[in-house]
Amino acid sequence: MKKIYVNEEWCLGCHLCEYYCAFANSGKDNMVSALKDVKINPRIQVEEGKDICFAVNCRHCPDPICVKSCIAGALSKNSDGMIEIDTGKCVGCFTCVLVCPFGAIMPNDDGHAIQKCELCTKNGCGTPNCVAHCPNNAIVYEER
Amino acid sequence: MKYVIIGNSAGAVGCVEGIRQTDTDGGITLIASEPYHTYSRPLISYLLCGQTDEEKMKYRKASFYEDNKVDARLGVSVTKIDPAAKTVATDGGETIDYDRLFIATGSVPFIPPMSGLDTVEKKFTFMTLDSAKALDAALTPESRVLIIGAGLIGLKCAEGIHGKAGKITVVDLADRILPSILDKAGSDIMQKHIENHGIEFILSDSVKEFDGTTATLNSGAAVDFDVLVIAVGVRPATDLAKDAGLNVNRGIVTDIKCRTSDPNIYAAGDCTESLDITTGQNKIMALLPNAYMQGECAGKNMAGGDACYDKGIPMNAIGFFGLHIVSAGSYDGEEYIESDGVNYKKLVTKDGLLKGFILMGDVKRAGIYTSLIREQTPLNTIDFELVKRSPQLMAFAADSERRRKLSVKA
Repeated sequence: MKKIYVNEEWCLGCHLCEYYCAFANSGKDNMVSALKDVKINPRIQVEEGKDICFAVNCRHCPDPICVKSCIAGALSKNSDGMIEIDTGKCVGCFTCVLVCPFGAIMPNDDGHAIQKCELCTKNGCGTPNCVAHCPNNAIVYEER
Repeated sequence: MKYVIIGNSAGAVGCVEGIRQTDTDGGITLIASEPYHTYSRPLISYLLCGQTDEEKMKYRKASFYEDNKVDARLGVSVTKIDPAAKTVATDGGETIDYDRLFIATGSVPFIPPMSGLDTVEKKFTFMTLDSAKALDAALTPESRVLIIGAGLIGLKCAEGIHGKAGKITVVDLADRILPSILDKAGSDIMQKHIENHGIEFILSDSVKEFDGTTATLNSGAAVDFDVLVIAVGVRPATDLAKDAGLNVNRGIVTDIKCRTSDPNIYAAGDCTESLDITTGQNKIMALLPNAYMQGECAGKNMAGGDACYDKGIPMNAIGFFGLHIVSAGSYDGEEYIESDGVNYKKLVTKDGLLKGFILMGDVKRAGIYTSLIREQTPLNTIDFELVKRSPQLMAFAADSERRRKLSVKA
């Protein structure tokens, strides 16, 4: 299965992936109206250190502890191996936040459910938007 | 191979999914006394406050039994296990053979002897879908509700019925709320938060006597109520296992293979005792994620696999009126605390390992802490000062370790 990977040595720490993620999942077709004066809550997050930075999002673990721990049966692995969230079933207990070893699942904007990277499969972007707009090709979408 | 599963909640579903990872054909008979499709019990409070419904709270999709070729006997109770004959008997008079048996009978509400309880007309527990429906039917907007027990179940119940009742009073013998997951400082913050929503607490007190719609407390105070909810705790449902001669302490004793003292019988979830790796002790960890993972481990082993459930820790995620708590592990060790009156963080270390944590308010990326506990990561191999301030993968300074984590293959 193709997943999103980050090449640390190429990451500039520019955070554009976060903005493009927030835009892609905003449901709006204009980046300005989607992001202006909005505190973004992206599904990919950049960590910055002294000498290194990298973005982190869902790893779509083959043996996903979030799916096993979900008390609502709202997280599942689809036939491609992608971890999906059914926000209609999610009650926002945050057990998945408690168990994700990557810290890649977070409360959504209203706090009543969680959100996670679903590889832009539900927003019509095609190629994940963070990958498509990374200026340094530090984020790639590939089979490994 | 013929499998029989007793139970229909997280442990049982884990067992079915564990078996089917290797054995796609063996017959699975699932027997459960509740007449419902598998549903998530912790969601009953969300059902009452309208955040979910009976359809959405199904723990697996409607075709789950069919998809997994499970013969589900719902609304049927097992009355006896005969380990010598390898059969179970049901209340329908049926005897069913097994090669491998799985017990996930869960727990039942504990109702302590309380004087005058029989004089109370509207009294409920809060554990199953039926109990939630019964409580719901008894409530009116004027109802004065008395909840005995300020633990997870009692307070989730309070939150669930908050919009449906007139007044809610919670009484507990302990001097603080949520003692199973919070320390005193955390309890105080959460108590204030819940009180701000109009729920009243009477702590360090207990009911001396009920008389119809009045509860007289040991302090001498009296609480008038219309509806009583008893949520003082749960007890593992171990009668079947005990009668079958299995090794049972407080819960059914299981090993890291999730096997009981009978090699053909496995068990998981609230009815069992299992290893807490943070203390090295066997205990009941009555939590849905543990039940699922133990069930899955058992299922794999029942189908001839060699799985271990050797990463069990107590852990909990819960929220009340928008304030969230996540906690994991145990709390004997050196403490690191941050608090600003709303957000609260406590990390506990011992022997060079993270043993436990509590986060309240800001819970983001808490799983990085949980993973340090579960994986027993030596803290001298990471930048613990960094991770103490906020959970982050940057703390895995050794480049190779971080790369390994971030490039998990599909």
